[in-house]
Amino acid sequence: MEHIRTTKVEQVKLLDRFSTSNKSLTGTLYLTATHLLFIDSSRRETWILHHHIAAVEKLPLTTSGCPLVIQCKNFRIVHFVVPRERDCHDVYNSLLQLSRTAKYEELYAFSYNPKQNESEQVKGWQLIDLAEEYKRMGVPNDYWQLSDANRDYKICETYPRDLYVPRTASKPIIVGSSKFRSKGRFPVLSYYHKDKKAAICRCSQPLSGFSARCLEDEHMLQAISKANPSNRYMYVMDTRPKLNAMANRAAGKGYENEDNYSNIRFQFVGIENIHVMRSSLQKLLEVSGTKGLSVNDFLSGLESSGWLRHIKAVLDAAVFLVKAIAVESASVLVHCSDGWDRTSQVCSLGALLLDSYYRTIKGFMVLIEKDWISFGHKFSDRCCQLDGDPKEISPVFTQFLESVWNLMEQFPQAFEYNEAFLLQIHEHVHSCQFGNFLGNCQKEREELKLKEKTYSLWPFLLDEQKKYQNPLYSPDFSPELTLLEPNTVSFNFKFWRNMYHQFDRSMHPRQSVYDLIMNMSEQNKQLEKDIKELEAKIKQKNGQPDAVILKEHQQSAHPAPVALKTPPCFKKEQPLIPVNDAVRTIEGSNTADNRYSEFMEEFSKAEPAVVSLEYGVARMTC
Amino acid sequence: MEFSELIKTATVESVLLAGTGLPAVRGTLCITSHHLLLSSCPGGDGQPGTVELWLLIRNVDAVEKRVQNLGWYQPPRTNGSPRDTRLAGSSGTITLRCKDLKVLQLEIPGMEECLNIASSIEALSSVDSVMMMYPFFYRPQDLRLEEGWHLFPLEQYFQKIAAQTNQWRLSDLNRDFTTCPTYPAGVIVPAAVSDDTLRRAARFRQGGRFPVLSYYHPRNGTVMLRSSQPLTGPNRKRCPEDEVLLGTVLDEGERGFIIDTRSAQAAKQARMTGGGTEPKSSYPQWKRLHRPLERGRPLQESFIKLVEACNDASLSMDRWLSRLESCRWLSHVKAALSTACLAAQCLDREEASVLVHGAEGTDTTLLVTALAQVILDPGCRTMVGFQGLLEREWIEAGHPFHLRCARSAYSHARLKQEAPLFLLFLDCVWQLSRQFPFSLEFGESLLLALFDNAYASDYGTFLCNNEKERCLCKVKENTHSLWAWLNQPEEKKKYLNPLYSHNPLVIWPSVEPQSIQLWQGLFFRWIRPSQYLEEARAEMQRLVEAKEAPAKESAGSRLSRSLSDPAARTENER
Repeated sequence: MEHIRTTKVEQVKLLDRFSTSNKSLTGTLYLTATHLLFIDSSRRETWILHHHIAAVEKLPLTTSGCPLVIQCKNFRIVHFVVPRERDCHDVYNSLLQLSRTAKYEELYAFSYNPKQNESEQVKGWQLIDLAEEYKRMGVPNDYWQLSDANRDYKICETYPRDLYVPRTASKPIIVGSSKFRSKGRFPVLSYYHKDKKAAICRCSQPLSGFSARCLEDEHMLQAISKANPSNRYMYVMDTRPKLNAMANRAAGKGYENEDNYSNIRFQFVGIENIHVMRSSLQKLLEVSGTKGLSVNDFLSGLESSGWLRHIKAVLDAAVFLVKAIAVESASVLVHCSDGWDRTSQVCSLGALLLDSYYRTIKGFMVLIEKDWISFGHKFSDRCCQLDGDPKEISPVFTQFLESVWNLMEQFPQAFEYNEAFLLQIHEHVHSCQFGNFLGNCQKEREELKLKEKTYSLWPFLLDEQKKYQNPLYSPDFSPELTLLEPNTVSFNFKFWRNMYHQFDRSMHPRQSVYDLIMNMSEQNKQLEKDIKELEAKIKQKNGQPDAVILKEHQQSAHPAPVALKTPPCFKKEQPLIPVNDAVRTIEGSNTADNRYSEFMEEFSKAEPAVVSLEYGVARMTC
Repeated sequence: MEFSELIKTATVESVLLAGTGLPAVRGTLCITSHHLLLSSCPGGDGQPGTVELWLLIRNVDAVEKRVQNLGWYQPPRTNGSPRDTRLAGSSGTITLRCKDLKVLQLEIPGMEECLNIASSIEALSSVDSVMMMYPFFYRPQDLRLEEGWHLFPLEQYFQKIAAQTNQWRLSDLNRDFTTCPTYPAGVIVPAAVSDDTLRRAARFRQGGRFPVLSYYHPRNGTVMLRSSQPLTGPNRKRCPEDEVLLGTVLDEGERGFIIDTRSAQAAKQARMTGGGTEPKSSYPQWKRLHRPLERGRPLQESFIKLVEACNDASLSMDRWLSRLESCRWLSHVKAALSTACLAAQCLDREEASVLVHGAEGTDTTLLVTALAQVILDPGCRTMVGFQGLLEREWIEAGHPFHLRCARSAYSHARLKQEAPLFLLFLDCVWQLSRQFPFSLEFGESLLLALFDNAYASDYGTFLCNNEKERCLCKVKENTHSLWAWLNQPEEKKKYLNPLYSHNPLVIWPSVEPQSIQLWQGLFFRWIRPSQYLEEARAEMQRLVEAKEAPAKESAGSRLSRSLSDPAARTENER
């Protein structure tokens, strides 16, 4: 609180990001301990969590005031104009302080109180049980067992305590292998395919340098390939570009030499590193944030950002992995450098394509808990939860969500969840409102006592899962292990407008098919239920006058619109994709929302004599 | 000319047909005057073969042939089989690239047959005479010839306007197509202007296309007019009648806008060839706005390049995006939508009347006026209203379909006057349907069907370049109308948008590049496996229908069934 220099500034203007006509809303800006709040004259609220702020910028003073631009991690950009420079300076400095947190304990999650009692809190954390998940996959079994080698995080600090390894991999092999792997991240099971008896395993790069060998590591890989009775060959996927992997050899790291390992097939898949991804996203945002963009500028910007190329590379890698398992029944070992970024992307997407469970709401939570949270994807560093090294920031998880979205576009009926679910998760990965994504690994999370001091996100999402359900989800896709075979030809990848322009309302379709369908299927279910009840009643009342029944039917045929319950944790946030109260919104939208109004401006400038026209522009801009 | 002269080989056995995403089938290939048929080989049990392919030859855009196993160039190495293996082994592959963008492959045994078939298809598909085209021969059983031709009379459209204002009249000065050969017989013109004045004004406009009413905006009484360019020429000629005609549209002190679909530079240059644009001095109440839209050859080339890029699955992401950029198709979509929005904005927001023209007034002009009406007028967004709009603003307004849609994106023939303006219009409407998914009564399937039929059709609706030609060819007497077919209840159902609900408002689309999408349903129709998308669409339809049903019928009928059950039982007992 000591950082807040001013709590309230009046007469602040909020500019529309894409309007060229300087359209703005006037209102009051409030600073709270956790949020920045703007209330405009029509009492509409814009809430911005301090943790969501990626950058604050003060632009040069203009005649109307001092502009303040706030960029958020959820890709919202707000442009305020504060009338007095002094106020602007105060807000700016306060936000700089508030958006930078030095200690985990200062994060919102530690003060956030959703009014749950202790047992609810504990139950919330128990919702996702990874031991249960491995059981679902079919391990432990004849080939795989739970190892207690990392019980105390002694072998690998960034791995979870419970690890599954081949039965034939003895403790000395594990220890030896871990010493030969970067950060001690030795090969362990990530996913087991029951039908094919093939496994997805993950690890970090070997410390092979130019010639080093490690017998235990070689045994470890052999144990993995032997644990697969259907194919003795296994694939080793190095998800890095070959050049990067070779460069690593000079630093004593590198990749597996096929000659030293028996029965492996080695493959590079060429996903770029976190630094390339960070600057790619930066370029993408620069392009998409440009005012008055032409189609060609947009497409060439999209191309030169390389963003979609990277998304395709990630999905291509996952498809490669899936083919090895589904077609050849071969096990696959995936690694990159440290095995927590690209490896997490490829393993989790591979499992998502192989196993329909991960395409359910609960299953997707499990997948994230398993391949991202428990295996030590460095959420804290990558999402810049604490003020730290900016070179550690990278949109690796965002790319994962975007890959899933691309799959949803290709298979509209294969997922139980919808786009809003992905967006909400993305929101909370950065919000630091819940404990799940805090810290960089499980060990750190335990030290922070997150399960006692913070809440888990998942029960809250489950509570409002109605919002996240895909009304088109089809039972054809739900049988266990239904394989998805996506087409990764370039034209299938699209710019994810709802992610990068989530808050730029004028860009989106004015009518949401999703909301409508969701509501209809909701009503259908209700009506079906009504019918069943009525039929039951008819059976009971058989013989009674018809009129009574019909009257009842009429009443229940028009159920009240299903009010979606908003738990307190989301009350402050605006809905992600603006959900309208009226289901089938009749909206024509406004010319002023759209860029062609600039045409009018343009020619009224050229011909100032046209009085009526200027009046028109003025009217349109207000 | 006899079709039979063009058919060198009429049937070939054992032809292998393959298309993208389809399993290959073998069968007998037949060429008739208008169709290419392939029926699969009858099974051993003597069953008749099923027809696997029924392709209108007019739909073929390009024929590519490749001959394989040229056995006789090599000396026979073994004296194996007694049969002449050299000839029997030769075969050829014909690739048919269709105007609807589908690609088919025929593997034909025997080289001579292959070459014959290829040249027959080439000859038949390039028959240019309208009267020889299939619509003049097509006689479906369940349609009557005259059906559908007079569904949208201009009188009816005019009556709606006349109910609100007496400033306009329906003139038949063009009944014999002498004033303007590309206008229909009837046109709507200012009531205060005589036919005589119109005739003189027509002489001042290219092709005689004098300003006529295209749309009356009932909200504020403003109008959208369209014409061709004025023939001012290098000497800045004037025409008092044309000035009077445009002058009467505006009241004193009122302003109107002329949207010229060429750049200011191009409009100026047109003066050298006798064209030009309205000078401010002669039309003081009209403000001119230049919004250059692509047309003609560059637009056709844009279409060709886009289709080429879409068909190349090997493209890397960077190559794909750069080809998508360099073909410029999406830029054209954005420009067309923006210009139509500008016209709509002038009418609805500025409350000013608008005149739209480019050069001939038959291409980009119609694109803008038609699109602006879809944006402004809820009536044009219904199934029937949209057909009426097409009839009025494209077909009767004289868009030269025969010239523009003679060839599609694959043709190797030298380009003449082909340009996909109608496709660009359909694409823009599709963009609107994506941004306002409940506001159009028809779905993507109608837009696809219109595209297909504009390029090759069983029906006469898109034949010829204008009403005059249609009269000469007796199109309305001797061919069936597409609308008659589309409007049959069973057929119509396929084209409806299940989510439609009447939206009385103007639909202003976003024209940001982030909001404009490539029309995958058209450009990838035959390339991308769309099974999952179609299933999703069917499910959506089912959900919507189920929603209507339980409330209205299902619940009612199920209840009444339950209620009447005892009665039924007693009846049975009796």
